[in-house]
Amino acid sequence: MQGEQMESDVAIPRRQPIRWHIAVFLAPAVVIYTAIMILPLGGTLFLSFYKEVQGVEVFVGLDNFRTLFGNERWAADFWNALKNNVIFFIIHMLVQNPIGVALAALLSIPKLRFAGFYRTAIFLPTLLSFVIVGFIWKLILSPIWGVTPYLLSLVDLKFLFAPWLGKPGSALIAVSLISVWQYVGIPMMLIYAALLNIPDEVLEAAECDGITGWSQFWKIKLPLILPSIGIISILTFVGNFNAFDLIYTVQGALAGPDGSTDILGTLLYRTFFGFQLQLGDRTMGATIATVMFLIILAGVSLYLFGIQRRMRRYQF
Amino acid sequence: MANARISRTRLAFVHVALIVYMIIALFPVVLTIMNSFKTRNDIFRSPLTPPLPSTFSLTGYHTVLGQGDFIGYFENSLIVTVASIFCVLLFGAMAAFALSEYRFRGNLLMGLYLALGIMIPIRLGTIGILQEMVALNLVNTLVSLVLVYTAQGLPLAVFILSEFMRTVSDDLKSAGRIDGLSEYAIFFRLVLPLVRPAMATVAVFTMIPIWNDLWFPLILAPGEKTKTVTLGAQTFIGQFVTDWNAVLAALSLAIFPVLVLYVLFSRQLIRGITAGAVK
Repeated sequence: MQGEQMESDVAIPRRQPIRWHIAVFLAPAVVIYTAIMILPLGGTLFLSFYKEVQGVEVFVGLDNFRTLFGNERWAADFWNALKNNVIFFIIHMLVQNPIGVALAALLSIPKLRFAGFYRTAIFLPTLLSFVIVGFIWKLILSPIWGVTPYLLSLVDLKFLFAPWLGKPGSALIAVSLISVWQYVGIPMMLIYAALLNIPDEVLEAAECDGITGWSQFWKIKLPLILPSIGIISILTFVGNFNAFDLIYTVQGALAGPDGSTDILGTLLYRTFFGFQLQLGDRTMGATIATVMFLIILAGVSLYLFGIQRRMRRYQF
Repeated sequence: MANARISRTRLAFVHVALIVYMIIALFPVVLTIMNSFKTRNDIFRSPLTPPLPSTFSLTGYHTVLGQGDFIGYFENSLIVTVASIFCVLLFGAMAAFALSEYRFRGNLLMGLYLALGIMIPIRLGTIGILQEMVALNLVNTLVSLVLVYTAQGLPLAVFILSEFMRTVSDDLKSAGRIDGLSEYAIFFRLVLPLVRPAMATVAVFTMIPIWNDLWFPLILAPGEKTKTVTLGAQTFIGQFVTDWNAVLAALSLAIFPVLVLYVLFSRQLIRGITAGAVK
């Protein structure tokens, strides 16, 4: 057996017959993936260098990008959407991920009763579609229904109530928090898994040194789960910078009030398909998609080459 | 030992914190379902009480089932989701097998090429996809959605499944080869049954975004005949904004299938996420 293995290793120069089965196994996935994902993506990037003039596409170089960043109206829309998107992302990082980590830390307490039950219940919203989540919260926050003012009046805070989704100052925060509510389950689960993977010996050793409770979490567990927190951050980043559904459901394609919840996804949708009086513009849509692609690519590269490599990994 | 770690009061705080968050997570869902079974007056007068015999009403459900073709939407969603999962699992497993089993030139490169799609969202190519579907005459067909979701699901499926396939014992495959099984038989009869748990994980990961997606149905298949539940609920609610009974009933109808599936498969799902996702 071993002799055979050796022989086949040594005999590499001998020509092997073409192994057709490898091609057969790979073909369906590669063909569909290339045809539906890679080529259209490439085509979209390509289209951003063209402009439609009387039904014919003409190569215009970087003109579309000049319009996007130079034209007053386009630039205002774009920077507004980008700024909102950054705020959207920051709220997720500051609220969703810490809550997720905290819940995971509580759930991973050994022999906690009902842990499975809590976990199942808290993960439920993550499975619902944005459409359902968006409408439910729209109803709950609606001044017509009065559920929120009533609940606030129970704790004597009724004066705080305002139609948050309808005010330019608070709409973006409200929408972000709805999204946070829905997605807390994902960081919770991933961190939970990471915490369970920490071997007991490490924690017991810490206890012998008198490190327990809070300080154990900060000094021992947190450094060990940092790689998972990194993965969650990049997942959040990619998800947030191509978000669309929730804003479209809650605030409509115009991302009102007054564009205050407009993010790149809704801007792309409006530009490409047009809305109300504004006509759809394919090439400008492609330009915005290209900019989104570059932003996401930059974020992912920064993570892969800048952060992930430097992160210390511990092996047990 | 474990019990000595945490004092009783501390433990009580932990439970309180978890229960509070659990209420935050479940309250909106419960509220919606509860009120969908009440009369219009009681939805507004006492939103927080469960439906009582005196306030019970199914008007909303009558409106929804009478006006929108919700059964048809369900069928569409079901067809699209099941067909996409089938394609993702079959094609994904085949590609994963090729990448994990054979050494050939370009193996690593092919793996990286397929992994690209994990990080880059397929939505950015929407404009190109739409052009393609128009050219192929597939706009407003369920096939277009199945193709898109298959392409969307493949990268992660190949990645997870090839990790698992590396753990299938080589002795087993060698034994199969000595017995004269073809490479195809080895894949379908020996390897596939062994990676079934991983397939379940992939199926769940693939299913949720497909069932919930609004973007592609809205763009590729907005026609009445091809509407999915998510898009159907979206347009229906848009038209019936003021009919609260109908809106709540439509929302509840969209929640039920997810809820039932979740109750049945939550164990599998959570085990899948906690075992497969990070490592």
